[in-house]
Amino acid sequence: MAVTGAIFVGYVLLHMYGNLMAFGGADVYNTYAHHLRTFLMPMLPYQGFLWVLRLVLVLALVGHVFAAFTLWNRAQKARTTRYAVKKAVAATLSAKWMRWGGVALLAFVVFHLLEFTTRTITPGGDSDSPFTRLTNGFSLWWVFLIYLVAMFALAMHLHHGIWSAAQTLGWTSSALSRRVAKTLGLTIALVVSVGFIVPPFLILVGVIK
Amino acid sequence: MNFTLKIWRQASQRDQGQFVTYRIDEISDDMSFLEMLDLLNEQLIAKSEDPVAFDSDCREGICGMCGLMISGQAHGPEVTTTCQLHMRSFTSGDTITIEPWRADPFPVLKDLIVDRSAFDRIIQAGGYISVNTGAAPEAHSVPVPKPNADRAFDAATCIGCGACVAACPNASGMLFMAAKVTHLGELPQGQPERASRVLSMVTQHDHEGFGGCTNIGECSAACPKEIPLDVISTLNGDLRRAMQHKPS
Repeated sequence: MAVTGAIFVGYVLLHMYGNLMAFGGADVYNTYAHHLRTFLMPMLPYQGFLWVLRLVLVLALVGHVFAAFTLWNRAQKARTTRYAVKKAVAATLSAKWMRWGGVALLAFVVFHLLEFTTRTITPGGDSDSPFTRLTNGFSLWWVFLIYLVAMFALAMHLHHGIWSAAQTLGWTSSALSRRVAKTLGLTIALVVSVGFIVPPFLILVGVIK
Repeated sequence: MNFTLKIWRQASQRDQGQFVTYRIDEISDDMSFLEMLDLLNEQLIAKSEDPVAFDSDCREGICGMCGLMISGQAHGPEVTTTCQLHMRSFTSGDTITIEPWRADPFPVLKDLIVDRSAFDRIIQAGGYISVNTGAAPEAHSVPVPKPNADRAFDAATCIGCGACVAACPNASGMLFMAAKVTHLGELPQGQPERASRVLSMVTQHDHEGFGGCTNIGECSAACPKEIPLDVISTLNGDLRRAMQHKPS
């Protein structure tokens, strides 16, 4: 859970950074998209880096989902008779929403890939220019809304996930290190989700076009 | 004070069990929660009814025998054991739901009594240090730094009541196990068996059918001895290192 999650944290940071290229306009954004495909060429073939990344992500996803399912399954078996009354005292909202939030994120990732990677669904119209696809999509309020909800889910998942990963890896054995891990979790969650949602928002309101 | 009590009644391990509602009046706010139940039982016995079975021993908050789920909170609304909880923590007229710990490794024996032998088996698996018999060595011959001694002592305050398991959404016994691993792992005497201890205890814990830890923190909040969550991180660190260098 922790190790595969850490891979995703690294990836969303990278992905968020890439999205900020939208601020530079069509040329900067499209050049970045092109460079992603030619990155490490000729050491790797065209799109080679992307495929390596995709392979790592798919493996991490399988591991992450498998671990999540195992934990869920163990929890179900460990308490077959439920409490009539149960109060949560310490659980944060993020912690409570890890499982359903994770499922929601997975559904979002499928939608996101269908929209921008396979171009199966192209709200706002298809184009060969990645930047035009981006602006076409986010000119629609409902597309923006889906992403807004998804980024909220991502922020919650990261908020609990990052501190939880640090705890699982045994790095939070003191009060100070625990505080650092929790602060880091909140900071990365905010940076990633806000960083992701700002370009679509500016497209929606017409600042980026 | 008057209360409506919804108490889990279950005649035996095989019985289905159900909630039974009782009214109890003239409760003093100085009574402990268990004294309130004692009073209820006296009234039940006077009516030739079966008294409510619950565990208790020292009634000083140090033995870990008593443990009830009180209106959805392990040991009730205060950070203490059920025996040290007083009726002044409730408002007269309240409906109080009383349930046994709910975790399959803790089967209900009768009413509110659960069998916590699973914890004993986890301790037997590795929660000890091996000492050859003979005269006790001079205590000062093995110096222990103050911070380590303090942390070991804090972790050693665990009374094994099972509130951590009861409160955990995953019914995990991690806090209990981690308290023992930290207690022994902070001390020089615990070092020789440190790696094998964590491996054996975690294996036994999983074998007993406890859930996995997802770092939610309900255990620590429910713990009457306020064992902090960082002991779980210590256990995780020990486990990671032990798995990397498996003892033969």
